[in-house]
Amino acid sequence: MITRKDVEYVAELARLEFSEEDKENFTKTLNDILKYAEKLNEVDTEEVPPTAHILSVKNVFREDRVRPSMDRDKILQNAPDSDKGCFRVPRVIE
Amino acid sequence: MKYETVIGLEIHAELCTETKIFCGCTTAFGGDENTHCCPICLGLPGVLPVLNGKVVEYAVKAGISTNCSIAEFSKLDRKNYFYPDLPKAYQVSQYDLPICSRGYIEIDTQDGPKKIGITRIHIEEDAGKLLHDTDDGSTLIDYNRCGVPLIEIVSEPDMRSAEEARAYAEKIKSILEYIGVSDCKMQEGSLRFDVNLSVRPAGTTTLGTRTEMKNLNSFKALVNAIENEKARQIELIESGGEVVQETRKWDDIRGINTSLRSKEEAHDYRYFPEPDLVPVVLERDYVEGLKSELPELPYVKLERYIREYGLPEYDAGVITASLPMALFFEECAGIYSGEPKTVSNWVMGELLRILNEKGMEPAQIPFPAKHLAALLELVDKGTISGSAAKKVFTEMFETGEEPEVLVKSLGLLQINDENELKAVIQAILYANPQSVEDYKAGKEKALGFLVGQTMKETRGKANPQVVNKLLKELLGK
Repeated sequence: MITRKDVEYVAELARLEFSEEDKENFTKTLNDILKYAEKLNEVDTEEVPPTAHILSVKNVFREDRVRPSMDRDKILQNAPDSDKGCFRVPRVIE
Repeated sequence: MKYETVIGLEIHAELCTETKIFCGCTTAFGGDENTHCCPICLGLPGVLPVLNGKVVEYAVKAGISTNCSIAEFSKLDRKNYFYPDLPKAYQVSQYDLPICSRGYIEIDTQDGPKKIGITRIHIEEDAGKLLHDTDDGSTLIDYNRCGVPLIEIVSEPDMRSAEEARAYAEKIKSILEYIGVSDCKMQEGSLRFDVNLSVRPAGTTTLGTRTEMKNLNSFKALVNAIENEKARQIELIESGGEVVQETRKWDDIRGINTSLRSKEEAHDYRYFPEPDLVPVVLERDYVEGLKSELPELPYVKLERYIREYGLPEYDAGVITASLPMALFFEECAGIYSGEPKTVSNWVMGELLRILNEKGMEPAQIPFPAKHLAALLELVDKGTISGSAAKKVFTEMFETGEEPEVLVKSLGLLQINDENELKAVIQAILYANPQSVEDYKAGKEKALGFLVGQTMKETRGKANPQVVNKLLKELLGK
């Protein structure tokens, strides 16, 4: 059961801010989603080993060979702000 | 009260692959900001990372060399956190199924050898670099390092002093260098230590509350940070306080450590399996194959040095601690016609002294081993004196020049020519009649004075043995 507190906690981890009304809505929506997912518990998985991945693919490796990187000007086009060839963000100190 | 310090280390080592862990960008150090980046390491939407096979190989090699079990099945996970050094807002790492686990290495302590347990070794991606000190109070980010492959080696809390932690860290560094999976260049941040430390009354067995200090990047910083944090915790407890579990920051320049005062919320990384990367399943044959490729490890080399070169155990231990140093020694001893012990004396004496003075690593020795061999031959042939050889050696560090060239340019050729020396000595005898008389009257000391005068006159270049012999001859007449 998801409570309003859970919603606030998850929102904080995701750096999201919500109005009181939104929080109320999300509490309900998230509970609905979880309830829907609960259905999976009806399947008998007694004999099925747990899996970490949905594909039956394993060991996909790349060769250790250098390929050209992307042009810096192009890269910085995606930056909200840039300076001296760097991405620029509001000052952060952990 | 007496306290016991309990220390565990997490060691991050950058692997020396050519390319990043999930893309073909170069891992070269330096380079202009954000020029080693692509949509994959920048985490742009819709990209598909593919694991670099060398990363698996290197991690397995590290695991084998530290007596770990290699997982038949392992997978990658997302570790979620917001910090702009990771553009994706998560780091791809390994959570519950690391590639290696349950190993150990042995260190030497005052009380003999001691096993330090290794909990696990996992692979993950390095983060970018933040530059905080800009004038306008913003943070600049260089993502060149983002996605460089790392292994994180987590130890058990088995160490009890700064010396043990240092011995353990040095041993890990030496192993990683030997097996060639990391260049371990500490000045470039290729090897970083996180220290977990707690104290408890000696004789008790429950663990105290621990603190963590991250990103120590030299052995000196490691030792100092441990001593400092240990003293802080004991003082806190003695004065009735309590240690708080937290991350602290060691300031190596000011020699203090401070609380990072992260928000009260505990880190909640919400690990989950990385859906873009498939599991790694390692066959026994693959692991055995890598095992057979591994080079001679430090402790095996040490035994061989004692056996093959006749070195004392101490010498063998110091030289084999660093692979570049060991290779330098081996190459030099192979070329030099004299005793390996002579090479060892120079490596452990002058070479180490200058490296320490300059703060350089053995990998940075600016001349080839054959230059040292040639220098030692010059001493053996009497071309230069032992003290002149030291001068030449110091100069080899500055210029990287061949010793023969330096001997000439520094004017250090030893004078062995008897006729030339005779002329000098005769002049000195003429100028010091009193000493001559003293000697003849049986005062041995006077001889030393006359030798000294001859050396002074030739600015140290006269061969002292020849001078001694000639003086005795001339005075005996």
